[in-house]
Amino acid sequence: MATPASAKTPSPGAAYRVGAIVVGLIFIAGLVLLTGHSPIDVLVAMVKAAFGTEDQFARVLATLVPLTLCACGLIFTFNAGLYNLGVEGQMIIGGIAATLALRLLQDSAPGPVAMAVAILAGIAGGVVWALLAGALNVFGRISEIFAGLGLNFVAQGLAVYLIFGPWKRPGVASMSGTAPFPETLWLPTIGKTEASPVALIAGLVVLVFTVIVMRNTYFGLRLRAVGLNPRSSTVQGIPATRYLLSAFALSGAMAGLAGGLQVLAIFHRLIPNISSNLGFLSLLIVMLGNFNALFVLPLAFFFSALNVGSLTLPIQFQLESALAGVIQGVLVLAALIGRGLSQQARARARAAAVRKG
Amino acid sequence: MLVELRHIHKRFGAVHANNDVSLTARPGRVHGLLGENGAGKSTLAKILTGFITRDSGDILLDGKPARISTPADATAAGIGMLHQDPLDVPAMTALDNFMAGMPGRSPVTVLRGAAAEKRFREIAAGLGFKLDPRDRVGDFTVGERQQLEVIRLMALGVRTLILDEPTTGISAAQKDQLFEAVRQMAREGRSIIFVSHKLEDVCALCDEVTVMRRGEVMGGRVLREEGRLLDTPARISSDLVTLMFGRELASPSRETHRQEQPAFTLSGVVLDDRRLRIALPEIAIRRGEIIGLAGLEGSGQRLLLQHCAGLLPATAGRLLGRTDLTHKPHKAYLRAGIMYLPADRLKEGLIGGLTLQEHVALRRSVAGKAGTFVNRASALDGAEKAITALNIRGRPDSRVERLSGGNQQRAQLALMPAQLDLILMEHPTRGLDVESAMWVWKLLRERCASGTSILFASADLDEIMQYSDRVIVFSGGQVAPPVEANALDVDRLGRRIGGQMDA
Repeated sequence: MATPASAKTPSPGAAYRVGAIVVGLIFIAGLVLLTGHSPIDVLVAMVKAAFGTEDQFARVLATLVPLTLCACGLIFTFNAGLYNLGVEGQMIIGGIAATLALRLLQDSAPGPVAMAVAILAGIAGGVVWALLAGALNVFGRISEIFAGLGLNFVAQGLAVYLIFGPWKRPGVASMSGTAPFPETLWLPTIGKTEASPVALIAGLVVLVFTVIVMRNTYFGLRLRAVGLNPRSSTVQGIPATRYLLSAFALSGAMAGLAGGLQVLAIFHRLIPNISSNLGFLSLLIVMLGNFNALFVLPLAFFFSALNVGSLTLPIQFQLESALAGVIQGVLVLAALIGRGLSQQARARARAAAVRKG
Repeated sequence: MLVELRHIHKRFGAVHANNDVSLTARPGRVHGLLGENGAGKSTLAKILTGFITRDSGDILLDGKPARISTPADATAAGIGMLHQDPLDVPAMTALDNFMAGMPGRSPVTVLRGAAAEKRFREIAAGLGFKLDPRDRVGDFTVGERQQLEVIRLMALGVRTLILDEPTTGISAAQKDQLFEAVRQMAREGRSIIFVSHKLEDVCALCDEVTVMRRGEVMGGRVLREEGRLLDTPARISSDLVTLMFGRELASPSRETHRQEQPAFTLSGVVLDDRRLRIALPEIAIRRGEIIGLAGLEGSGQRLLLQHCAGLLPATAGRLLGRTDLTHKPHKAYLRAGIMYLPADRLKEGLIGGLTLQEHVALRRSVAGKAGTFVNRASALDGAEKAITALNIRGRPDSRVERLSGGNQQRAQLALMPAQLDLILMEHPTRGLDVESAMWVWKLLRERCASGTSILFASADLDEIMQYSDRVIVFSGGQVAPPVEANALDVDRLGRRIGGQMDA
């Protein structure tokens, strides 16, 4: 796995990166051919399914928001040297916390107030869940990877328990989630589509915030320093623990916000699959973008379109829509392999230069 | 097996780690390879075991040229190395480790535990080790893990054994056991190369010795014939110290910037990092003074430096600066104008992955002289000024890990705040070319002129004699009170390091 670090120098091994992606695309095309379909047809159909109608494009935008939010959060943790695999659980807890707030306030407070409180509750829930992983990591010396994965299971279990237990639908509990909230508690959308302007604005604000913090503030610089070398940073007087926990908190806040928005803008209830694996997908986005905040938006958009476009696969081609996951996985693997090979090529070039000099 | 290394050269970037090194290890003899850390011993050992490829030079085994370019080549040729860090699997038993380490078995071979256990016990008994093959390696001490590794190497049939700093972290009794086993292996006709920076261990064990310094062989000596020492231990160790540290005499007259008033005082300080416990004498560091810390590596110099940096609290005693710093947090030490420049520049000093310019910005923010947003223009300006002032070969956007060692050290110096009361340095010029070394000291002396005090540890006695106002000698767990450098010379300093504290 590549270490979280930002790469800035132009690489003499760039050919490897492009080459690896091309090989990945050829592999995917081959896979589609094996199913007896033309890759071109499938591609065209997927593009159409993602961008053909307003509804479909709106769905792409609606998926884009949680991906962007989670990816922005992960920018902070990756640059602090942390693999925050708990992002999925942080998103789920955000959804649970937002649902809780709505349930408590739906009969007493006006809709907009209840929704604002629910969003804040989602953020707070994500922060708590992330700080839990952070505390285990910083004070308990447990790898944040395992702490995060463990907490993901707990969060998922909690959601299912609530849906089938205390918050079950009047009548019969079901996997389709809790009883839907009244429409007064739905975030407004653009026309009759799934895209919510509030969610889009939230995503945009968080993205700009992330880019500015990482590129232009001392906080971002110190965070990177801690991630690259905690010991040196401590010796220089940077409180490493505080920065690590800040990274967890920021990541949790953004994932929690994403979870809350899923409830308020998309599902209007708590469902077991509230996170829809978008947290994990955003991990791939950030890795593919080399931990650089500038690449979050284009990559998130691409992955979102891929996700929505793949919904047509079972309908038009009788293919599993899981093929989208295969495509995403292959591309990320290809990108990581390409990066590894180009780093090796650069190291070889440097060694050769030293020998000559 | 007769091992001959001839004219070995190896460069790492600008550092000539092995410069025309030749060494002959004869069967039946224990050959010591002595030198300070960084002298090039480990590089040579790794070349012989195939972990590092040499730039030039020949390796002859039993008089025939050998091609050793991978660790597997070395194993096949009968060369084994006892590494400084154990290579075993702690979660498995000693026997499982023993069997796992046997090469040439295909994965489907049925494990013959009983036969392997018998072999294990035979070898252990032959070497005088009392290991139970059924114990978990995780419960072993470092010494026992070492014994396990020796047993494994014996089972592989090594004819030449290299021991890399084997006496670090093991008990005195285990050391005796190890030495006895090494002598036994030599008696059986193997050649042994004993790599160490510990004088007393080399004197106690080796038949002959080669001394390295700064990548070159400084000389060699036969210590024993027929197991009998050829000279008195005191004379031998004094000779070897001279070879290890060099004897070129420094110019005795040099200007000092020392002022009368003390800047920092340590009284009754006891330091303990669980491996080493030292009681320090009364030390009053005066303004503008340079104090050199001399001694074999790991004698406590680093503890003193880390304590003064606020990174290692004392178990007893006080440290006074302008204010009482005893048991204050690290931040208080930074605020008191204390700067620590560790030996491992990329591990504890600079941050690999960040550029020079980013380091400049980072230091400013740590110093509290910055707001929320990074001022790129001023950081760029600061980096350019530092590059010019310290003659750093690099650009503001060069990542620090790409710089050579000398330029990294210059960068560290450039990043020091302007106002400092105390600079703590480990090996200020280790691995640096002559020009860089002179630059480093020129800058440090300028600091002293403005009232900064310097404490530095060095393995280079010339460096200590040339730049120190006073010297503190660390030897065998003892720390002597500071002495005026004028009252010493390299010879006497060497003898004190060797344990004759009143020399």
